[in-house]
Amino acid sequence: MALQGNLRDFTVTQLLNLVNLANKSGALLIQGPNEGARLIFRQGKLAYAQLASDKDGVQGNLPSVLHRAEKINDAQLNTLRTRAAGMSDKELGLLLINAGYVTQQDIFESLQAYFVDIVQQLFTWVEGHFKFDPTQDVPENRIPVRIALENLIMEGSRQIHEWEQLNFEIPNLDMALAFTDRPGVNLKKVNLNVEEWRVISYINPKNSIRQIAKASKMNDLEIRRIVYGLMQAGLVRLIRPEGAPTQLEGLQSAFPGVKPAEQKSLVTRLMERIRSI
Amino acid sequence: MLTVKMVVTGPFNAGKTEFIQTVSEIDVVSTERKISSPQERVKETTTVAMDFGRITVDDSLVLYLFGTPGQKRFDFMWEILSEGMLGFIVMVDSTRPETFREARSILEAFRAFSPTPYVVAASKQDLPDAWELDDMRVALRLEDGVKIIRCVSTDKESVKTILLELLESILAELEG
Repeated sequence: MALQGNLRDFTVTQLLNLVNLANKSGALLIQGPNEGARLIFRQGKLAYAQLASDKDGVQGNLPSVLHRAEKINDAQLNTLRTRAAGMSDKELGLLLINAGYVTQQDIFESLQAYFVDIVQQLFTWVEGHFKFDPTQDVPENRIPVRIALENLIMEGSRQIHEWEQLNFEIPNLDMALAFTDRPGVNLKKVNLNVEEWRVISYINPKNSIRQIAKASKMNDLEIRRIVYGLMQAGLVRLIRPEGAPTQLEGLQSAFPGVKPAEQKSLVTRLMERIRSI
Repeated sequence: MLTVKMVVTGPFNAGKTEFIQTVSEIDVVSTERKISSPQERVKETTTVAMDFGRITVDDSLVLYLFGTPGQKRFDFMWEILSEGMLGFIVMVDSTRPETFREARSILEAFRAFSPTPYVVAASKQDLPDAWELDDMRVALRLEDGVKIIRCVSTDKESVKTILLELLESILAELEG
């Protein structure tokens, strides 16, 4: 029977554990709500990873990965993109090593960091489907690596635990944020990092946390982590976003078919009855 | 006949079933089962689907009280129970601060399901190690306008006070 199912029933960490213990080779294809990924394994080790949004492979090709790892600069990246457009990563890698631009270790470390980063993004996916295809291997033009899964699984377990905790604290990303009115709190005196300041800059009753995450290019885990920190520090609080249904609108569904004028009378009757119990 | 409903929610063992039993005119239709988890065996049974109580006003109006299951694994029931509710009561065991975080999470979940008025009932206030309301307000991160009220689930007057406070909030909302 094909290895396929739902991430709700089988988490990414559990899937990696299965691949690791069974020494599996093939591709794990994961489709989440907004993104997909393909992880390729060889004998239980991660050999390659690609996001579905990188369909043409531009983000994951060798020049982009080396640039991301700061092994080559902007000018070198542009040169490689124009002059080495038709070359495979393997050919290009050899060329760069022979020319002394990078070492073999630079290439492997950069690729490993890029693939690990993709896998770490998957740990926060709780919705979606997976399928394991044992017939797929690393594309011919790419450089395979060999990453042991134990550390990734440990990191995944930690992230799942953190994810559950944060999900518990901030269950609903459709809420908005407001600054607390605590006297004496001066934001300028609080040490915040760049990401926290970015979130702070979007705080507005009109913006849901989900919208802030999208504008700040953060995933659900990252935005929850920052909002939780800001809440714990007493700087912000959760509020219903502007434009969301009001309590009065919510009450209308409790009185189906009852005119607003009669609703008050019904509540008064309920109060009288309860007083009489 | 018009039926309206209120939901009584809160963490495991906060006193939701007792709360409904205290004022319901019918024997509470309770779906209790023996607890299997050793960690949660602070009482013999727990609600696994919902509790259901009734208060009849007259031939034309009935109030139903629905109690939600306290254990997290039954939270899929919450959204169903919250549909069309008049308001909700979040019961928090004043003697078990380890449940405050969960109570906060439940409160937020119900606020998201249905934006109706709510009150927080600080239960077991008759016990010596109960937290003070002001401390609970801070721990639960309740905004100033949110009512937090002392509660003893087995005391009829206490339960009536909670229901009346919630109805006051509902009336205030309707009066704008």
